[in-house]
Amino acid sequence: MYVAVKGGEAAIANAHRLLASERRGDPAVPEISPDQIREQLSLAVDRVMSEGSLYDRDLAALAIKQARGDMIEAIFLVRAFRTTLPRFGYAAPLDTAAMQIRRRISATYKDLPGGQLLGPTFDYTHRLIDPALAGDETAVPAPLRAQIVSTELVPHVTGLLDGEGLIERNAPRADGLPAGDLTREALEFPADRDLRLQCLSRGDEGFLLGMAYSTQRGFGRTHPFAGEIRMGEVEVELFAEEAGFAIPLGEITVTEFETVNQFTGSESAPPQFTRGYGLVFGHCERKAMSMALVDRALRADELGEESGAPAQDQEFVLSHCDNVAATGFVEHLKLPHYVDFQAELGLIRKLRREHTARHVKEAAE
Amino acid sequence: MSASHPAAVGVSSSAERRHVMAVCAHATLAELADGIAAVAPDLAATVVRPPELGLVMLRGRAGGDGAPFNLGEATVARAAVRLSSGEMGLGYVLGRSLEKARLAAIVDALAQVPAHRPALQRALIEPVEARRLRERSVTAAETAATKVDFFTLVRGED
Repeated sequence: MYVAVKGGEAAIANAHRLLASERRGDPAVPEISPDQIREQLSLAVDRVMSEGSLYDRDLAALAIKQARGDMIEAIFLVRAFRTTLPRFGYAAPLDTAAMQIRRRISATYKDLPGGQLLGPTFDYTHRLIDPALAGDETAVPAPLRAQIVSTELVPHVTGLLDGEGLIERNAPRADGLPAGDLTREALEFPADRDLRLQCLSRGDEGFLLGMAYSTQRGFGRTHPFAGEIRMGEVEVELFAEEAGFAIPLGEITVTEFETVNQFTGSESAPPQFTRGYGLVFGHCERKAMSMALVDRALRADELGEESGAPAQDQEFVLSHCDNVAATGFVEHLKLPHYVDFQAELGLIRKLRREHTARHVKEAAE
Repeated sequence: MSASHPAAVGVSSSAERRHVMAVCAHATLAELADGIAAVAPDLAATVVRPPELGLVMLRGRAGGDGAPFNLGEATVARAAVRLSSGEMGLGYVLGRSLEKARLAAIVDALAQVPAHRPALQRALIEPVEARRLRERSVTAAETAATKVDFFTLVRGED
């Protein structure tokens, strides 16, 4: 148990001053600006927005600078910031079918309407360190442009399967209630899929990646195909009472991933593919994929599958995927536990005295 | 805004207001400021609601088109102004620029004055839309250049 302590103000102030100096690093090296972080470490910014559960590129960039690049610390800063602001309302659900697509691939169909668009990807790079990036600033060749064949909306790949009835439908909400919000009410188990998706979307990438990997290695196998991954910009709209209509607020970048998994079916219903879903702020592809695999694993009970693997255990996954909660509890161990430890010391000394007394007595007999 | 308001004659339809608001949301601070300066250089707008920061909870749908879920929040700045002629304007924009929200509110109000509409169209709406269209076309063309055609290879006998 942690017991509050007093004092230490001067040392704490000095430590924070030292921290600021460490953050700055060698003064001979130019200071980095949040603009540079936003533009050149954009995937770090995306991760902080996604796990901080707050879309604001400039704020995330500033948090990364302040946190010296410690991502979980930056996410913590963003989460703390959001508690200082009022909530204006709930936006209309994003229409990912209307996305301005910057990347879109499917591992299920080679030829599909709208095409396979690689976009800005690390895929197919050789993962060799590029010494040229360490030198003076070099001009980056402008991206090539190709003729735009069609400006029509690009349909979701799973829609193609749905047309034949080969994949389960995404059911609308049956009870007509609004989606649950875990920032308003504490999570209770079993949690419905809306709350699970909210929790996973802000969950730790590393944790979800490990969980997703475990399902592939046999702990709750669901055999996923990458139905579709798409990344790009979508419009945000908020219904404002004072206007009486939905106000367009601007656009955000999201990554969406949908899996096509093995079958469900019953005596009455023919076999169908099933789905797992991932949707994440920014360009966070690994996270969106992990989310979808874990989402699908967490549907084991609903789909009547054998369960018991860690990734299929709601309480295990959802209670431990939040890195701000996790770091709070793990890191609190660093705070003074002197009183607690004194009690433990007293106890172990007593146990040792009793142990010795028993041995002396046995030896005498 | 009530229908009995003196300015109600000039009130645009909600579709028109949404269109102007979408342009404002995508405009830069400079584009908004320059546009307003060009249309109404001696503008007198009263602040009805001081610009303020807040959050909007964004939503997605399971599978893209299924039941809604709460995805995460975004920062939003908002403001409300009234012109001396009575039109009330609302500004709601993603991000933390209070000034952008204030300017967006002014544009919403100005756009409801029929006399200002043509100038606003020329000075702000058309240039912003043209820039957006250009940028989106470039993005689409750059993305199209990464369109890939994979060949499926036939496996060998062993």
